[in-house]
Amino acid sequence: MASITGAAAPPREIQGRSLWQDARRRLFANKAAVTSMVILAIVAFLSVVMPFVWPHQFDQVYIDRISCPPPDYLGMTAIFGSQADACPSAVGQGHIFGTDANGRDLFIRVMHGGRVSLSIGVTATFVALLIGVLYGATAGFLGGRIDNYMMRFVDVLYALPYIFFVIILVVVFGRNYILMFIAIGAVEWLTMARIVRGQTLSIRRREFIEAAEAAGVSNWGIIRRHILPNVVGPVIVYVTLTVPAVILAESFLSFLGLGVQEPATSWGVLISDGKDQMESYPWMLIFPAAFMVVTLFCFNFIGDGLRDALDPKDR
Amino acid sequence: MSGEPLLSIKGLKVHFPTSSGGLFGATRPLKAVDGVDFDVFPGETLGIVGESGSGKSTIGRAVLQLIKPTAGTVAWLGTNIAGFTRAQMKSRRREMQIVFQDPLASLNPRMTAGDIIAEPLDTFEPQIKADERKARVQEMMAKVGLLPQMINRYPHEFSGGQNQRIGIARAMILKPKLIVADEPVSSLDVSIRAQIINLLADLQKEMGVALIFISHDLAVVRHVSHRVLVLYLGKVMEIAESQVLLSRPRHPYTQALLSAAPVPDPEVERGKKRLLIEGDLPSPLDPPSGCVFRTRCPKAQAQCAQDIPALEPRGGASDHLVACLFPD
Repeated sequence: MASITGAAAPPREIQGRSLWQDARRRLFANKAAVTSMVILAIVAFLSVVMPFVWPHQFDQVYIDRISCPPPDYLGMTAIFGSQADACPSAVGQGHIFGTDANGRDLFIRVMHGGRVSLSIGVTATFVALLIGVLYGATAGFLGGRIDNYMMRFVDVLYALPYIFFVIILVVVFGRNYILMFIAIGAVEWLTMARIVRGQTLSIRRREFIEAAEAAGVSNWGIIRRHILPNVVGPVIVYVTLTVPAVILAESFLSFLGLGVQEPATSWGVLISDGKDQMESYPWMLIFPAAFMVVTLFCFNFIGDGLRDALDPKDR
Repeated sequence: MSGEPLLSIKGLKVHFPTSSGGLFGATRPLKAVDGVDFDVFPGETLGIVGESGSGKSTIGRAVLQLIKPTAGTVAWLGTNIAGFTRAQMKSRRREMQIVFQDPLASLNPRMTAGDIIAEPLDTFEPQIKADERKARVQEMMAKVGLLPQMINRYPHEFSGGQNQRIGIARAMILKPKLIVADEPVSSLDVSIRAQIINLLADLQKEMGVALIFISHDLAVVRHVSHRVLVLYLGKVMEIAESQVLLSRPRHPYTQALLSAAPVPDPEVERGKKRLLIEGDLPSPLDPPSGCVFRTRCPKAQAQCAQDIPALEPRGGASDHLVACLFPD
């Protein structure tokens, strides 16, 4: 019998495939999610790199090139009109998206706006994630009265009108970039905390937590080794859906004039400015709006893909 | 059984508060376990049988202090551990472990079999080196009949029976003195049950661990247990050595349970006289007065509604205890 298994080499260890590896495989099999990741990576890369290599600066004003349409070779003269006719001085200057009402290159402004929008989206989501996960996991794990008080506090914050809160912040601290992170993060963490608490509560009742308690694992050890890894799935999905929500919130605040200040810009500001010129200079609305829409779509597709990948039962 | 008991439980009560509805409604206790006494001796198997809701699992968890007892003492090697804090309990945890009913639910789906089995080791002996840890895990895996090269697999890649072996390996790796097996085979396929039961019996023989074997299945319990405790609505009905309980049950409830257990022989099965009990288990929120079994007992008399029967030696042996006013 021993010769069958072979006494020479010890049997090779079988590498199991974890739930994470399974999920990754399913995610990469999802065409929409993979395409979205590629497009998003390109948008992010352009936003980061273009301001360094583009011949124009985002705040550089060309007095003689106000509201110039994109170049004629893009073949969109039917919609935008001819650059050669409207702005002879802009021809051959590389204003591929045209210029805005102040004579600044629109392409680099869209890239710069992308930087701001994406960084607000990612940072505010990260802030929300940090606060929400810690708060929610604590409430769910401790349970009972503490949980009750903590979640009622969240309910109270939920009830505060969000715009009102932002206006108070702006009045007190002035208009400021950092304020956007705080204002948006302060609102977004509430939902995150609820989701994490709900997940923690349900995992807390599972037998493997009891098994860990019976094995003498500390509270922190249980949260770290058993609860957080099992909460991460739904949280990642929610994060990818929060980023576009935050970008939208930022553009909404900018639209109201509470957000990013000139000459800095964001997609929300560009769209807000563009809508004023929509009838005569449509490119000022179309290009930033297209970038924003594509980005939001990508985030949503990735979120959907992640949800399907992490929890195939729910499909 | 001789010698000092490993575990001695006296007057154990576990009541859960339940609200009677409404925000400020008064709570009334659900008496899951209501005054239970028993001892467990080193190396023996004590079977606990009872219907669903009789408090079997609650006793198991109260022994390990996973649920705090409402009253009573849980003496572990002479020290009362009832009401111990987490920190006080920690040093005792390596001596008592638990095996759960649902093997898959009791294993963290994000951890490998090796990490799951090593978890008690990580808690109590964090100083050991990685290769020694692995060697001990693989040794334990071999002992419970798992291929040691499966150490890096995840629970969802194993079958139910294999997962239960992982659960047993986790419970056994610190060589505890007592293992509470809470319906360890109930959720397994019948063909796997015998393997797991024999595995527990073999490990017990090899390592001298005491077992509290909880089950609703008398056939399983009588196969593994030295002594059997019959539980009904949070109270002990009868406790005796396995052979004695099976051949000469004294309590009407035990008799009914035994007559209901199927015998794998159609001839015997056909001729068997069945002692049927009717109805369902009464609510532990509102247990019957006197003897809790009287509402379903075929021999109940007026006195049963008044007097609570004490658990006393009836019949020959001093360790055959029955809680009945009119035992056979």
